[in-house]
Amino acid sequence: MVKIVRKKVLNPSVTLLEVEAPLIARKAQAGQFIILRVDEHGERIPLTIADYDREKGTVTIIFQKVGLTTELLGDLNEGDSIRDFVGPLGLPTELPEGAKRVCVVGGGVGCAIAYPQAKSLHAQGIGVDVIAGFRSKDIVILEEEFKAACDNLYITTDDGSYMEKGFVTDKLKSLIDAGNQYDAVIAIGPIPMMKFVSAVTKPYGIKTIVSLNPIMIDGTGMCGGCRVTVGGKMKFACVDGPDFDGHEVDFDELMSRNTVYRGEEAEEKQRHACRMDELAKEMIH
Amino acid sequence: MPNMSLTKVPVPEQDAKVRSRNFEEVCLGYTREQAMEEATRCLNCKNKPCVGGCPVNIHIPEFIAKVAEGDFKAAYEIISDTNALPGVSGRVCPQESQCEKYCVRGIKGEPVAIGRLERFVADWYRENINEMPVKPESNGIRVAVVGSGPAGLTCASDLAKQGYQVTMFEAFHTAGGVLVYGIPEFRLPKAIVANEVEKLTAMGVDLETDMVVGKTYTIDEMFEEGYEAVFVGSGAGLPMFMGIEGETLAGVYSANEYLTRINLMKAYLNSYDTPIKKIKRAAIVGGGNVAMDAARCAMRMGAEHVYVVYRRGEEEMPARREEIHHAKEEGIEFLFLNNPVKILGDEKGCVWAMECIKMELGEPDASGRRRPIEVPGSEFELEVDAVIMSLGTSPNPLIRSTTPGLDINKKGCLIADEETMATTREGVYAGGDAVTGAATVILAMGAGKKAAEAMDKYLKEKHSK
Repeated sequence: MVKIVRKKVLNPSVTLLEVEAPLIARKAQAGQFIILRVDEHGERIPLTIADYDREKGTVTIIFQKVGLTTELLGDLNEGDSIRDFVGPLGLPTELPEGAKRVCVVGGGVGCAIAYPQAKSLHAQGIGVDVIAGFRSKDIVILEEEFKAACDNLYITTDDGSYMEKGFVTDKLKSLIDAGNQYDAVIAIGPIPMMKFVSAVTKPYGIKTIVSLNPIMIDGTGMCGGCRVTVGGKMKFACVDGPDFDGHEVDFDELMSRNTVYRGEEAEEKQRHACRMDELAKEMIH
Repeated sequence: MPNMSLTKVPVPEQDAKVRSRNFEEVCLGYTREQAMEEATRCLNCKNKPCVGGCPVNIHIPEFIAKVAEGDFKAAYEIISDTNALPGVSGRVCPQESQCEKYCVRGIKGEPVAIGRLERFVADWYRENINEMPVKPESNGIRVAVVGSGPAGLTCASDLAKQGYQVTMFEAFHTAGGVLVYGIPEFRLPKAIVANEVEKLTAMGVDLETDMVVGKTYTIDEMFEEGYEAVFVGSGAGLPMFMGIEGETLAGVYSANEYLTRINLMKAYLNSYDTPIKKIKRAAIVGGGNVAMDAARCAMRMGAEHVYVVYRRGEEEMPARREEIHHAKEEGIEFLFLNNPVKILGDEKGCVWAMECIKMELGEPDASGRRRPIEVPGSEFELEVDAVIMSLGTSPNPLIRSTTPGLDINKKGCLIADEETMATTREGVYAGGDAVTGAATVILAMGAGKKAAEAMDKYLKEKHSK
């Protein structure tokens, strides 16, 4: 059991939780993730470690409510507990040796994960530009945090309701074309966005690291549910990743694998209301 | 006067038609009368070959004599003296190749049903007495056990009995290893595993779940923080795939994933959140016990056709005869001498068929089994919407890659002394599948037992200096 010490609603669908997990906080590095299970009947889901505080012994996660488990998680409050919280899992992000300037690209809730990357690189003295893309103004998150964690912040919205109109890929291409030299691009967000960012950088030969989000169960390499094809080879994202070379990843395959349970997930989500009753009962007992 | 019947007293089972659609236990176990009757078949022979066939050396004729007398409590005490998990081993041991293989009664007729009797005693005790063991007096020495599968549970139990302060680290949220995520409820009810774990905690074993050793915590840190010896029983949980085209299509599972979703995450029950695909026609590739478990689970999850695709013949199958027999009764279809060539997907990336090729058996290979050879031009498509790969597993590299000084062989298994289970690193012992590669529950229990003895000896010597 881990206790929630802070909850912050970042936008109507995105929530931040800071939990007490000293052993994980002691080891966590940017790029790694945790697996959690909300309660006894819960499923195990992976979430990237958005931040950690070794002194306080806390780990922060940021998630979007997209289905039953994230809805249940979003309904928890400060002082509540999460049944299981396992980590840090996966390998930390590894930059090309001697990298001096990096562009971190975040899409939507992926910005939650792009943020600690930017923060950690910035703290190491590496030049960091951030492109944070959102559908519209009302879902923009972490703007202030980003400002403090990079040299240049570019925010884009698909509909132009805030800052620059357009996609992160347009912005990235224009920055590269304007002569910005990047030793690496780190892209974190929806699969199509990571796919298109990789397509933008490929002709320029810029090393592009993507953080993949396949379906996972154990997160320790014992089931292969999270397998992805990278450079023509089968990899388990939970132990070999979750970061991979974006120019080598088969994104289309990942997208189709991630839709396997769409029907079942819709059914599960409808059970949200009755699950809440069960939870309430458990808490009373 | 012993019961000279040539056959075992039959054991009641759930009807095949009914059980193939539920997850309740297939074998219902002996009644007390049946157990007492079977027990009288034991001749209590002088040289007791059965005991030598048991990896944890249960005092078999002694406990059976108590069953024959109807003193089940005494029988339980004799078994639990050497075996930490009687309710488990009585159910999942391949007795035909262990204790019962050496039974004198088996020379002419069937051997004594040692497994069924052990199971009866364990179940009777749990249902009627279920006394928790008393916590032994602590000697203050801390030891760590990594992994809570059969090897770790046995090692922890034996060390706790000696007074060691044992902490058991488990990566999953539930203790039991393959007993909870792999072996299905219909062969091994999870309540039995939970009961055994409860007994361990009653003996003072501290269970830490959600601890991935190598990630959350390392073996070096254990020594730094005061643990004086470590047992690694982390198993062989890394699934193998064939390396054929189409293995990353949606609908292709490792048996580990399929079984973990069903057994550990309880996807077969509606009240649990983990989803599982509704499969109409499933192909299970492989011929071991895990393949049988996966096939029988697929049937219980409502599949219309479940095929076991195995590249050799029925004789060569490594699965227990009883499991094959049960699977056949439940309507599983066996495609012997067939091997997958590739898996075919539709435009959405989902499996719709598996291309197979027929095989014939050639000369025996290094393993002594006849080598399967492809029959050219015999390819055909088997229409399925799921493929479950059950080709075996190998040890997970997580622990060895984060523990300096721990040597492995070329198969990735930890190197450990056969007698003491000592690894190449002082104070670190290992046993079970982490050392042997995928094997049986009872061999893992035997290894955990040997390691506990050696650790006790090592620590006593260390402290007497």
